[in-house]
Amino acid sequence: MAAFLARRLAGALIVLLLVSLMSFALIWLVPGDPASAFLDASATPDQIQRLRTALGLDEPLPLQMAHWYGRILRGDLGESILLQRSVSAALIERLPATLSLAGTALLIATLGGVAAGIVAAVNHDKWADQATMSAALIGLSVPDFWLGLVLILVFAVSLGWLPTGGFVPFGESPLGWLRTIALPALTLGLVQLGFIARISRTAMLEVMRQDYVRTADAKGISKLEIVVRHCLPNAFIPIVTVIGIVAGALLGGAVVIEQVYSIPGVGRLIIGAIAARDFPVMQGGLLFLAVVYLTVNLTVDLIYALVDPRVRLT
Amino acid sequence: MATLEIDALEVRIGAAGLKVLEDVTLRVEPGEVLGIVGESGSGKSMLALAIMELLPGVARYAGGTLRWDGEDMIAAGPDAWRKRRGRDLAMIFQEPMTALNPVHRVGRQVEEVLVRRRGMSRDAARREAQALFQRVEIPRAAAMLDAYPHEMSGGMRQRVMIAMALATHARLLIADEPTTALDVTVQSQILGLLRDLRRDTGMSMLFITHDLGVIAEMADRVAVLYAGRVAETAPVREIFDSARHPYTRALLSAIPKTSGPRERLASIPGSVPALDAFPTGCRFAPRCAMRRDACDARAPRLRDATAGHAVACIEPFGYVSDEDGP
Amino acid sequence: MTSASPVRDLGLRLLRNRSFAVGGGLIFAVLLIALTADWLAPFDPLRNAFRMRLQPPGAAHWFGTDHYGRDILSRVMYGTRISLLIGGLVVVVTGALGTVIGAVAGFYSRLDAPIMRLMDATMAFPSIVLAMIVSAVLGASVVNVVVALSIATIPHTARIVRASVLVAREHDYVEAARALGAGDLRILFRHVLINCLGPLIVRLTYVFAIAILAEATLSFVGAGPPPPAPSLGSIIAQGRDFMREAAWITIFPGLTILVCVLGLNLLGDGLRDVLDPRSRS
Repeated sequence: MAAFLARRLAGALIVLLLVSLMSFALIWLVPGDPASAFLDASATPDQIQRLRTALGLDEPLPLQMAHWYGRILRGDLGESILLQRSVSAALIERLPATLSLAGTALLIATLGGVAAGIVAAVNHDKWADQATMSAALIGLSVPDFWLGLVLILVFAVSLGWLPTGGFVPFGESPLGWLRTIALPALTLGLVQLGFIARISRTAMLEVMRQDYVRTADAKGISKLEIVVRHCLPNAFIPIVTVIGIVAGALLGGAVVIEQVYSIPGVGRLIIGAIAARDFPVMQGGLLFLAVVYLTVNLTVDLIYALVDPRVRLT
Repeated sequence: MATLEIDALEVRIGAAGLKVLEDVTLRVEPGEVLGIVGESGSGKSMLALAIMELLPGVARYAGGTLRWDGEDMIAAGPDAWRKRRGRDLAMIFQEPMTALNPVHRVGRQVEEVLVRRRGMSRDAARREAQALFQRVEIPRAAAMLDAYPHEMSGGMRQRVMIAMALATHARLLIADEPTTALDVTVQSQILGLLRDLRRDTGMSMLFITHDLGVIAEMADRVAVLYAGRVAETAPVREIFDSARHPYTRALLSAIPKTSGPRERLASIPGSVPALDAFPTGCRFAPRCAMRRDACDARAPRLRDATAGHAVACIEPFGYVSDEDGP
Repeated sequence: MTSASPVRDLGLRLLRNRSFAVGGGLIFAVLLIALTADWLAPFDPLRNAFRMRLQPPGAAHWFGTDHYGRDILSRVMYGTRISLLIGGLVVVVTGALGTVIGAVAGFYSRLDAPIMRLMDATMAFPSIVLAMIVSAVLGASVVNVVVALSIATIPHTARIVRASVLVAREHDYVEAARALGAGDLRILFRHVLINCLGPLIVRLTYVFAIAILAEATLSFVGAGPPPPAPSLGSIIAQGRDFMREAAWITIFPGLTILVCVLGLNLLGDGLRDVLDPRSRS
């Protein structure tokens, strides 16, 4: 168990190193000069030079890199050119909205997806299977931002049940939070729900063919108990793996969905930065999202070890 | 009344409706061990699954009856069957390595039967499971309750499966090649254990194997299965002393005389025909040394040669057939 | 009957696969419409006609018009062409680079770990955000969008190729070919990569679908190909401001994306069933 964790942790550290390096290298992709890319054509050479100095672009590359690592190790992602404030602080301030969106979506996608996958697998090749899987496939073929607009059109504009956008923190008003998060989380969750449903179905079908399921059936316990107690725990490994992947997709999806529903989260910050060529925020935001993703996947590995006794030994 | 009576059972698989079992008639008396012998492809495992109503998805009952204490189970349906499984009926499988759920501790898998099927409390079930582990001679029984399947050897896992079957208090235990996957010394330990249990509990057993040596050790009566049909059924001594079906005789002569490791039944020329290539007449005819033209006309039915000894052959040895018979 | 050729046999099995048939039909129809847009499009997708602003779907304009009076059907037809063009280019780039990177990683053990860690690192970024930022940083153009999307789709593709190469490398015939004096490159192409073809084709079909979705998303947030090209995502972005009075501007391009992506996903499922039945996940 300890060796397993140590190996996973070492792997994650190497990837983290590369991730931070790539975030740093991003600025070198800019054709020409990042400083003049941010400022418009009317900027004087003097203004451009001041920004170059502020961004540290005049220093030799190794020194820039040393500064970058020195800063990020302290959790400092630099200063936003546009907002004139710390990138880390801006990200942290907007994290709760993004996390509550992605988290609620993950809950919807996982619960709904696993349930749909089980229903499909138990009714293998019957109409319930085909209907569920067709819906899942349509779900994962829908552009999420468009689905968001359609849901706004139906539930906010036509029916007037829910607001068209905005965000109320949970701490301020749980009901208000629910009203503002419902549609965005549903939008984001539905797409991944289809994905999880497909994986869960495959995993369940695989498990249901196993000898130990026949053993359980030979005990005469109910079909529901066989599915819940004997099949599901064994189907968990592929499902948990997929939840790790889905978490990454949800982070990316949240960026777009925040834009659709005007939720002041990390995503809107990043998209705003893209429009304004605010490089420190782009770099910091990208690194930040990658770190969140890596943390989630490390947690998934931990869950593995807890769920499957066989993993603990290897 | 017999515990289990099977009459003219037919099982088909796939969209094409290929017959894996045809006209199978058998009975198991209380306390009796019925051995089922056959090569791979003879349908013996399918028969075990049919009795448990655990047929794979592609297979279905296509005719005949299967009675438990006189109750017609195929007519009664899956729910009636589910009530019998784990109570009157128990089964142990060929592959102990895969028959246990890898994510649950073995003790819990035995306790599940006691709690769910015999209504015991968790504590009582735990104590009973430990007693059962001792009964099936698992060393350090108390500690092994908490082991996971992957931490045990094949022989130990098969003992767990047997403990699970004992937990049910079943009156019929179906053992589908329970020792095939184990090495020779473990094999004889498990067989010894099963013999003891049968003596102590008086349960009936349906013992499936391809190994006539195992049959000689375990069975009271034997049914020889060939290509989905019963070729011959007789008390175990009669099978060894005076087998009548050419297939049974070929099987017997294929047993190696030396006392080395037992070989698979491969020394009969040819092999069991594929499901979609069953001959129209006697299914053994293509491999039979005694074959005559009449053998290809239609499959001979199982008929009594002497009391308790039935053969499905138009010319059993020492028995003059009158073709259609009574 | 003589034995059918393996290719014909494969073709028959594909045609009998329902997912493949339906998906193939959808994609064929979409492709036909996109390719014939120059002749079939009823209007110039860029021409303003202010007297015809925000017309609902009707006989003249099947999909309605936008706030400049431009015909939505025509814009969607040309937009589909851009989507398919970008998707197709991403498939080519990802197919080429993903295969090379995966093959090198799988074939040369010493390069395996460094290459795959780099791929892992790239996959740690949410792909859509990575593509958005790369596209924006490079400057929005069709080529840069293709580059940005390819960066996001290459790692997984390389991983699939690497896995197949690792399996194929162990086959005896590779050893035999080596004993006959075949060089690395020859072995790689003639003996090893052939075995990756099934999984690769399946993956690239899904890459096509992913690329179309991602291109639309990029265009929607303003990081796609520059105007005035009527990209499907940017039509939706424009329609957003007129949702109350002219929902059709938003609805039709979205449905078109859905049909394209659904068709490709069905096609991919069908191909997977036939070409790569073991990796059903």
